[in-house]
Amino acid sequence: MDKVNLLIAGVGGQGVILASDIVGEVAITAGYDYKKTDTLGMAQRGGSVISHIRIAPKAHSPLIAQGDVDVLLALEKMEAARWAHYLKPDGVAIVNNHAQPPMSVNLGDETYPSDKAITVIIKNVTNKLYLIDGSGIAKDLGNVKTLNMLMLGCVSHFLPIDVSIWKECIAQHLSKAILEINNQAFNIGRKEVTEILQNNRLKYGLI
Amino acid sequence: MLKLLAGNEAFALGAYYAGVMVASAYPGTPSTEILEMLSAHKDIRTDWASDERVAMEVAMGASFAGVRALVVMKHVGLNVASDPFMSSSITGINAGLVMIVADDPGMHSSQSEQDTRNFAKFAKVPILEPSDSQEAHDFIEVAFGISERFDTPVIVRSTTRVSHSKSVVDINKKRTTKNAQFNYDVSKYVLLPEYARGRRPNQEKRIEMLREFAETLPLNQITIGNKRLGIISSGVAYQYAKEVFPNASFLKLGMVYPLPNKLIGEFASKVERLIVIEELDPFLEENIRLMGIELAGKEIFPVIGELSPDVIEESAAKAGLIDKTIARNKPAEGLPKRPPLLCPGCPHTGLFHILSSIGKRSAPKKTKDTNESGLVICGDIGCYTLGAYPPLSAMDVNVCMGASIGTALGMERANLDKKVVAIIGDSTFFHSGITGLLSAVYFDSKITLVILDNLTTAMTGHQDHPGTGVSAQGDQTVKVELGDLVRGSGVKDVRIVNAFDLKAIRASVESALDADHLSVIIVRGDCSVRIKTRSGARAVDVEKCNDCGMCLLLGCPAIQQDGDKVHINSALCAGDICAICEQVCARSAIDVI
Repeated sequence: MDKVNLLIAGVGGQGVILASDIVGEVAITAGYDYKKTDTLGMAQRGGSVISHIRIAPKAHSPLIAQGDVDVLLALEKMEAARWAHYLKPDGVAIVNNHAQPPMSVNLGDETYPSDKAITVIIKNVTNKLYLIDGSGIAKDLGNVKTLNMLMLGCVSHFLPIDVSIWKECIAQHLSKAILEINNQAFNIGRKEVTEILQNNRLKYGLI
Repeated sequence: MLKLLAGNEAFALGAYYAGVMVASAYPGTPSTEILEMLSAHKDIRTDWASDERVAMEVAMGASFAGVRALVVMKHVGLNVASDPFMSSSITGINAGLVMIVADDPGMHSSQSEQDTRNFAKFAKVPILEPSDSQEAHDFIEVAFGISERFDTPVIVRSTTRVSHSKSVVDINKKRTTKNAQFNYDVSKYVLLPEYARGRRPNQEKRIEMLREFAETLPLNQITIGNKRLGIISSGVAYQYAKEVFPNASFLKLGMVYPLPNKLIGEFASKVERLIVIEELDPFLEENIRLMGIELAGKEIFPVIGELSPDVIEESAAKAGLIDKTIARNKPAEGLPKRPPLLCPGCPHTGLFHILSSIGKRSAPKKTKDTNESGLVICGDIGCYTLGAYPPLSAMDVNVCMGASIGTALGMERANLDKKVVAIIGDSTFFHSGITGLLSAVYFDSKITLVILDNLTTAMTGHQDHPGTGVSAQGDQTVKVELGDLVRGSGVKDVRIVNAFDLKAIRASVESALDADHLSVIIVRGDCSVRIKTRSGARAVDVEKCNDCGMCLLLGCPAIQQDGDKVHINSALCAGDICAICEQVCARSAIDVI
């Protein structure tokens, strides 16, 4: 059996915690031990939200040590830069190409980092940076709230778990009304990463 | 049966299957979900008490009446409940009484960092410390057993990373309950000094008996691995330590007070070097040192803040306990922070904007800066605390629940040459503002008190309170009318204004500030998070907009700036339920899309 340390980062309201809950169901269905912890309480008030997720034969700490993250999934690109230092040197960063400026930027007191600056920060840690137009695709699909399922589709590529288990758990977690569109989002996300990997001819087995 | 449960869910299930009949709490992160989960069971009586003191008293009453009772709070909630708590240590209990107290190391959402283990020692009651969801579930039954066997309340202490972490739990699914029965015993339940004195030796004797009991309690476990290093640990810190020192010898303590002297001595004698890894205070360390055992703890690991595997590893490497540590990347510098904010459509925004404007706290970008501030604003705890952040910057003091009114009275009494305003939310007011208001009336105060009434306890997740008319279990109940309560306290000048009518708010605040008597303004509006459907998203008409920046002073997350141009993010905009940006725009440049 393998182990994966996954960090999901985003802004309050983007569905970070729902995403990490689904990963949990998927992990235990696949027979792994699982622990996770979220920052909660002020999450809906537009603050930073982080989920630490441990998937392993046996997990002790819910918190992942800095430098020990295998996969960073960021639903907002500045949050990707903020948490990049948690990644292993060969870790994978999957980043939604979406900016939600904080208040200080709105007021003109601070500047939102440029795409170049964000890329430099992440590439300082790892070369494996995948930029996905998640918010754009979700909007085209007709529901921006499918973003987290789409990004989970991307992440599914890097977890040692069969896609059928993902589908099973998503179906259990979401109501019938939104299941179809979220499945679509998941599939698109998974396909996006497959295509990137094929184009780069990088080989990924179990981490 | 295996389930994936957050610590708080596991606590709730553990309490349910331990036969709890009465549970009470006041919301407080990271403990809130426990009572929420328990409220789903209709065979338990659960209630949101107005504050933790009442919650504690309710649990005590139920326990005295012969049924197992649970009270839940965060660490600062124990400060509030401490008076009845200290008494409960002397009276003892009848049916078991368990208190779940959740600490917040690192102060993710609290005004202070406190180690509740100290409180247990202070009160001379036992305290258990689970380290994950399985233990959260299992320790509750153990706690009730200890409570009834030793005639004592028992604290089960949680922290953020136990309450808000999810892990696999094997659930016990058997529940048995007792029938209520009160055994009249004035010398136990009435703490007249002569009776309390009679019970005092029990407290000391009880601690000694518990100390003996701790020696063989399965929750305290020695595991011998590599004998070069022996680690004593408890709570989630134990889990971190297991990651960093997988091969060390461990003494895991599940009951952290009283401590098992002999077991600890036995462990100390088996290992070469003894250390303690614990979060926050050197509680275990100091108590073990008192036994005459040499060990290291806070000379290696930090006292302040949360622990984590990397903090432990780096501290241990510095102390030479491990050979190497990986070279860690530093966090990127200069990234704008992302603090929590008042939501788009929040009913508090308008009031804070008016106070900010009157108090000259912020200036639109093209006008001169001014730091003249004729107001002192004493605030309180809730979503509205976020009014302290720029651009609103409309809060000067905020120390604990209910303190807004008292601190405002103190400032007034000091003859400060400023107008004093107190701001408090509805739930906070019911919690600990009433006594402040009574003093304001009694002191013949002239302050302005604003009560922000969004008809819920919002920050912790929209729980009910005495003013909502709905119980913890979702039933209609008697509603306490806020206006009547305030008038009934003797306040003559009580106004109620719409949270989304800036003109009315400004008029009311200005006249209240000028008034030569106590004025109470109730600013009422629904929390926008609870309103799921949206219509009428606003937009900025670029032809009419002259970039004055006034709308930006509202601090609304939906109003965003791109270079010099302002635009409204329609996905975030609350639309028709709010529309206060329209009201501040002098050029009518904001309208429905």
